[in-house]
This record gives sequence, C-alpha cells and structure tokens, in this order.
Amino acid sequence: MESSNTDAIVSIINQEFENEILQIEEPYKILTISFKQERIIEIIQFLYNHPELQFQFLTTLCGIHYPDQNQIAVMYQLHNLKTNQRIRLKVFLPEDKPEVQTLTGLFSAANWMERETYDFFGVIFIGHPNLKRILNVDDMIFFPLRKEFPLEDQTREDKNDALFGR
Amino acid sequence: MEKDLSHIVKEEVRQYSYLNLGPTHPATHGIFQNVLKMDGEVIIEAESTIGYIHRAFEKLAERRPFYQITPITDRMNYCSSPINNIGWHMTVEKLVGVEIPKRVQYLRVIVMELARITDHLICNAVIGVDTGALTGFVYLFQQREHVYEIYEEICGARLTTNLGRIGGFERDFTPKAWAKIEKFLKEFPAVLKEFEALLVRNRIFMDRTIGVGGITAERALNYGFTGPNLRAAGVDYDVRVMNPYSSYEDFNFTIPVGTQGDTYDRFMVRQNEMWQSLSIIRQAIDKIPAGPFHADVPEFYLPPKEEVYNNMESLIYHFKIVMGETDVPKGEVYHSVEGGNGELGFYLISDGGRTPFRLHFRRPCFIYYQAYTEMVKGSMLSDAILTMSSMNVIAGELDA
Repeated sequence: MESSNTDAIVSIINQEFENEILQIEEPYKILTISFKQERIIEIIQFLYNHPELQFQFLTTLCGIHYPDQNQIAVMYQLHNLKTNQRIRLKVFLPEDKPEVQTLTGLFSAANWMERETYDFFGVIFIGHPNLKRILNVDDMIFFPLRKEFPLEDQTREDKNDALFGR
Repeated sequence: MEKDLSHIVKEEVRQYSYLNLGPTHPATHGIFQNVLKMDGEVIIEAESTIGYIHRAFEKLAERRPFYQITPITDRMNYCSSPINNIGWHMTVEKLVGVEIPKRVQYLRVIVMELARITDHLICNAVIGVDTGALTGFVYLFQQREHVYEIYEEICGARLTTNLGRIGGFERDFTPKAWAKIEKFLKEFPAVLKEFEALLVRNRIFMDRTIGVGGITAERALNYGFTGPNLRAAGVDYDVRVMNPYSSYEDFNFTIPVGTQGDTYDRFMVRQNEMWQSLSIIRQAIDKIPAGPFHADVPEFYLPPKEEVYNNMESLIYHFKIVMGETDVPKGEVYHSVEGGNGELGFYLISDGGRTPFRLHFRRPCFIYYQAYTEMVKGSMLSDAILTMSSMNVIAGELDA
C-alpha cells in the first residue's frame, strides 16, 4: 500500500525550501505541495537526488486552469518506485504570462507531456527543445483546455446549467 | 550500455533519403506518422507526429456527468476497454468513498484479467505477423473472439464495452457467462501453448526479435515507461502489486520480467503475463464470495426498473442520475490501474459540480511512445516496424 511517512518528507523539503512553499495538503493520501514558480525545477532536482527521497519517476504532468484566480497551474506527479511514495507538486502561473522552466533536462518523459500542456493551456516551458503543438493542428490559434474555450454550441438551452438551479 | 552507432557513416559522404512511414501505413496498425531519415535501409533519424485521431477527451469530460465519461474511456485503449472502464469507476468511487463488496471486486478482477489477455494476445499475434508468421495470429484471434463473447454476455457490447457502473455491475454474471469463461479457461491454454511452440524457439523469429529495439532500464524509467515494456527492461513495477486495487492482494501471481528490454523480451513478458492472468482468473473463480453485485450507492447506481415505476425514492434517484444531478464531494484524486500497456492513471479534480472540473488521463502509450525515435535510431526499417508493434502503441490511447 501507499506509505504515509509524509511528515519526514515535508520536514526535509521545509528545511531546504521553506520560503518557496505556498501550501501543503494531502488529498486522498497523496502529499500535495504548492510552490512558488521560480525554483520549481531546482526543487524537483533536489527531490530526485536526495538520498532519502529519490523521486526518480515522473508519473504525469498536466495543466489546470483556474479562471477565477486568473491562474494556470502546472501539476507534477512524482513517484519513488523503491518506497512506493508519491508526491504531487504544483506551481501557479499567471494566466497572461504562463512561463515556467522545462523539466526535460531531468526527465525525457517530460518532453511530450510539456508539449501537451503547451498545446492545451499555452504554458511556455522555457528551454524546451521542441515546444510546438502535439495533438492539435499546428495553426490553431487558441488553447482549448482553458475554461473560456466553449465545448459545445453555447446557444443550446437544454444544457444550460442555470435551468437546473446551479 | 551505449548503443552501437558505428555503422552510421558520416554525413558528408552519404546521401540520405526521407521516408514517410505513415500516417496510414498498413504495417503500423494505426495512424502514426514517422518521418525517417534513411541511409539505405538504416534509420539515421526519426521524427514522430501524433494526434491524428485526437478527440479531446479531457475537454469532453468537463461537460459530462461522471457516468457519461465511461464510454469516453472505452475509446482510449480499445484493446482492453474494460480495464479503462473499471479504472474510471474506481476513481469516482475513491472520490465519493464507496465501500465495494468483495464479490464485485472479484468479478472486476476476472473481467480485467480477461481484458489483459486480449490486449497482450493482439500485441503478440501482431508481432508474429510482422515477422512473417500469420498462422499464430489466426489462432489467437479466434480466442479473442471467445473473450468478446464473454463481454457480450456480461454487458452486451464487444469492443467499446462501457462495462459496469459506478459501484459495481449493471447485472450479475449470468450462468451462460460463467460457462463461457470456464470454456475459455479450458480451451485457451492449449492454443497459447501451440502459439508458443510456433514462435518462442523459432530461429527466424528469434533472429528477427532478439536485440531489436532494446532499451535499458535507466532510459526506460527516465522515459516514464510502465507496464510490460518497462518490465521487459528488468524493472518489476506493476501497479497491481505496488498499489493493489480491487483485492489484487488476495491473489498469488508473479510479475514476469525481462533483461534486455528488446522486442523478444517484450514478447515473452506479455506471453508470461497471459499465463499469470489465467491463473488469477482461476483463483478468483475458486474464491469468489456470494453477495451483491453492486455497492449500496443509490446516488450513483441506477435502481431496478420495477422500483423506479413503483417507488417514489427510486424514481427520484433515477431522475437525478440520468440528468447528471448528483452532487459529488470536492476533491482531488489520483487513481491508477495496471492497464494493458502500463499505469493508466486518472487525475480528477472535482469542484462539487455535476462534471469534473479537470480530468487528466495518464495514458501509458502517450508517455512511452516518445522513446520510439530513440529506440529505432540506427536500426533497419523492418526492425522499426517490429519495434512499434512490440511496444503495443494503441492510437486511441496515444491521442486521447
């Protein structure tokens, strides 16, 4: 089962990057830490190399759009395959200038994941070797997973949330 | 281990040609485009283009109530759609905090292992085809048909199954379904053995596959490989064992691992996993407890029709479920299952509304296919075809 010695992990990260941490939570047994964006790659590098933590497997990486806060979050989920410990890291980027350093130097797997995040959210990964659209067509002019991008015909009234008291 | 690239001759003395392998090429079993820079038969460089069947599942999911997302998951890895369906159901159950009866868990294990067998069976049969052995393919596909008949008996569909519901199954397995499972368990081992006799020690097959498209464990981990492809490289990571779900901890099985990470090892790992799956299904059938075939979650599980017509409460629940009116807790949950190709993850953020706020699928194919260009560099064109089919890249899962 997934182990839960999260206190030890939090204290190690706290020692090194106390000023970078915005929030620590643990929804559904996965330690989730939100960081300021400037040193995120350094932090992941630290988690990768630290002898006790060794988060050396990048499970997934994705973007999340929060239109209310005008922010786009990038979520990194790492896994230590030896101790079976997972950790989720988040950085929040401003909607009008979403830029963060690339993780491709550490994980080859991040290459397409970051391209996907760019493709759908417009997050610029600084230093990425080949940052272009991956799933959508190259000449698309918007980022479809942002919340303001409508999915269906917005004139349809039968799917209007307001009609159902929401 | 450094890859031997000495046979690639220096640029100035060579003239290269470019070859478009795909998007629709009969040998690639799907819509993949690779632009290959060739020196005769040798691949100098490759560039993959993907996204030809992208259907924006993550966006679609943001407008759909939870139960309507199940058919979307079908269309990811369509060779083993029950695993995707059940993985999604388990994600929602984890979010809501539903206690699942033991019988449901065992039934799920049976279906998921059947799905794993069909997934591996297609992959291995196709490896055979790509090396020129069509015979095994025909025999194995007959067996796949039998598994699809089992699905049909359980849920009424064959390929895109939409199997099960949040909380369990729409109905219990019928006696006919059990009979078909028993028949499959009886007949399949002989066919699988024959298939192994045809290929495993076959000189031509071994020459075509050993040392072809290999990857080291370090590179595989760095590329985020999971599933049989990672295990072929020698890392024994299996979600079923590492983070057991649906009572996998109750069963005895081994994780086959390879050493070289090449096409032959991937073939053998899948082959042995099929035997393990058969053993798991047998154990599940022997140990299955009696009990209900769905959990007690009226907010998510449709009541029986006679209840709907005669009982006010059931009618309300029916209406709320069908209209997607059910409230879910706020939360952020990640659940992963061992899909046919590796760790299939569902990252779900719920804001308490009728639809997910954000749903991200961790698709194993998408993550490991990016290593393809590195794996085929310096190999022959015909080996590149074989490498792709042995990685079991499923276009639906790749593009989501």
